[in-house]
Amino acid sequence: MTDPINLSSTYRVGDVKLNVRRAGQGRPILFLHGAGGVTEWTPFFSQLAKSHDVWVPDHPGFGMSEDPSFIKNMSDLAMFYLDFLDTHAPEGGFDVVGHSIGGWLAAEIATRNSQHIHSLTLVSSAGLRLEGTPMGDVFIWNAEESIKNLIFDPLVQEKRLQAQPTPEEAEIIVKNKFTFAKLAWYPRLFNPDLKKWLHRIKVPTQVIWGEHDGLIPQAYAKLWAEALNTDVCHVLSECSHSPLNEKPAETAQLITSFLGKLAS
Amino acid sequence: MKVLNFTLMPYRSMDVAASKEHRSAWVVLPNTFYDPEKGAHDYESYIDLLAQSEPLGFDGVCVNEHHQTAYGLMPAPNLIASALIQRTKKIKIAILGRALPLVNNPINIAEEFSMLDNMSRGRIIAGFVRGIGAEYHSTTVNPFYSHERFHEAHDLIVKAWTQPGPFAWEGEHYNLNYVNLWPRVYQQPHPPIWIPSQGSIETIEWATDPCRKYPFLVTFSAREAVIKNLLAYKDQAQKYGYEAQSSQLGWAAPVYVADTLEQAMSESRAAIEALFNDYLTLPMEMLLPPGYTSVESLKKIIATKKAIGRGGFGGANQRQSLERLMELGTVLVGTPKTILNQIEEVKAKTNLGNFVAMLQFGTLSNELTQRNQAMFASEIMPKLQSMA
Repeated sequence: MTDPINLSSTYRVGDVKLNVRRAGQGRPILFLHGAGGVTEWTPFFSQLAKSHDVWVPDHPGFGMSEDPSFIKNMSDLAMFYLDFLDTHAPEGGFDVVGHSIGGWLAAEIATRNSQHIHSLTLVSSAGLRLEGTPMGDVFIWNAEESIKNLIFDPLVQEKRLQAQPTPEEAEIIVKNKFTFAKLAWYPRLFNPDLKKWLHRIKVPTQVIWGEHDGLIPQAYAKLWAEALNTDVCHVLSECSHSPLNEKPAETAQLITSFLGKLAS
Repeated sequence: MKVLNFTLMPYRSMDVAASKEHRSAWVVLPNTFYDPEKGAHDYESYIDLLAQSEPLGFDGVCVNEHHQTAYGLMPAPNLIASALIQRTKKIKIAILGRALPLVNNPINIAEEFSMLDNMSRGRIIAGFVRGIGAEYHSTTVNPFYSHERFHEAHDLIVKAWTQPGPFAWEGEHYNLNYVNLWPRVYQQPHPPIWIPSQGSIETIEWATDPCRKYPFLVTFSAREAVIKNLLAYKDQAQKYGYEAQSSQLGWAAPVYVADTLEQAMSESRAAIEALFNDYLTLPMEMLLPPGYTSVESLKKIIATKKAIGRGGFGGANQRQSLERLMELGTVLVGTPKTILNQIEEVKAKTNLGNFVAMLQFGTLSNELTQRNQAMFASEIMPKLQSMA
């Protein structure tokens, strides 16, 4: 599916131009994407946009956003987003949803400052290490292994394997990969100092995971829930690392109902 | 022309059939494949073979660095260099090279080279490399910062070799309060620095810069790519306003020589095909992790590497035959005359001045290596050395 209309526009943060897709009305959600970036307005976003004003920026170095060299690591990216929030956050702030390294990013931002953040939903989040339960080596997998480890449904895997990116898409895939490595190669997909500061996050939090996550095993859901001191933790069956695409309706439903309860 | 003798020191007893169950002979090949008795024998043999280079008339011997692989048993090449210093008196010892970005304090490398330079009374050639992609998997150093770390480590090492210490280093990747090498380098202003490479654009631009003019050594490439890269180096030098000297232009290739073509092919076939198909098995994700090269360079490397076998390129499962490798000119196998012709052809087109002959490769036995070295040294090398 492609964007029904062009939802992209450019937001400036300092000198950096950020591409942001945005649609819908209602309580604003800021979605922070994972390492694969966002290529289109998916059913997950459409469903959220029925009741929310959904903002989906391409992080600096991803997609159609600029790639400023001063962003060298996840800490820089978190500080950059604090600038973004100061500049662009709606009056009442955002409910933040982060997937994979976007979840990690959301936690890094919220430990620093939650002034513009009402709540945090972490989906299949990177950022922590569970000793004895290693994550998959996403950088050593070939394309086929990646698809098989990141997606549960064999039919969807097959479709993805057949898909041929256009040259423009291929260029963005490379750009996303380079930035992903910059942010997450070492320490691999986590920040050893993050866990001890998660107690600083005072806003409501929820954790969503795929039961068969082939990259960040399901055991990490419990680790996050404990570290965030939340009992809102959902594990989706027949789902791997991409609940947003594998279980779009259920994932969106979990988010809207969580936010609904907060509003009431 | 200067002629140097080189081996990667492969672990020759690797169980090839069993190794195929693993992603690669690098990083993930379990070290239970390594038998210390057989490995110790390999080390002893290789040091003996390289030590013969001096009486055979070579200008130098070469060692290099690779990690966690059966492809080469020199994670610490300076240890072998140190042994060779004791076994030789006159010839150069080229470490081609140490992988600068892979260490967290480049001063360790500066110190080791300094020691070797003193211990050899100035016979060291210091090769600087970035390490291959697989080594960013094995060391966990971030490939995205590979170029930056290489350049900063290089600047730091050269300053440590040439400026009085102690001084402070205030860098992006390295910050040191006291840089103060004991011992100082023996050669003045510092040991020659060589840049072995498969020809990235950035590397050529950097190496040719008039403030460096570092000799460039094209490794493991098809003849056309060797010529193209050396010409690119010369072009770049001209853009900087000077003529590249032949001493700045080098080529490293496996060589096997015998009285007849048939004999050369039959004696080298298994070893060469093992090197390119069984030891150099690197899927793309391991060879070129994200950020290790620029996107532009990536495209160029992919073109060059069509020469080096399935190995380089995951996916293509066709074995690289000896015939194919000979046709591409990636390996030089034949009689003294045919091999000389091939090197002369590259010399004529590029003004090549350094030739690094890999005379032991893959599973090649001590006996065949010895014969190969002796014949190369008597029939081919003198003619190369007499070329301007």
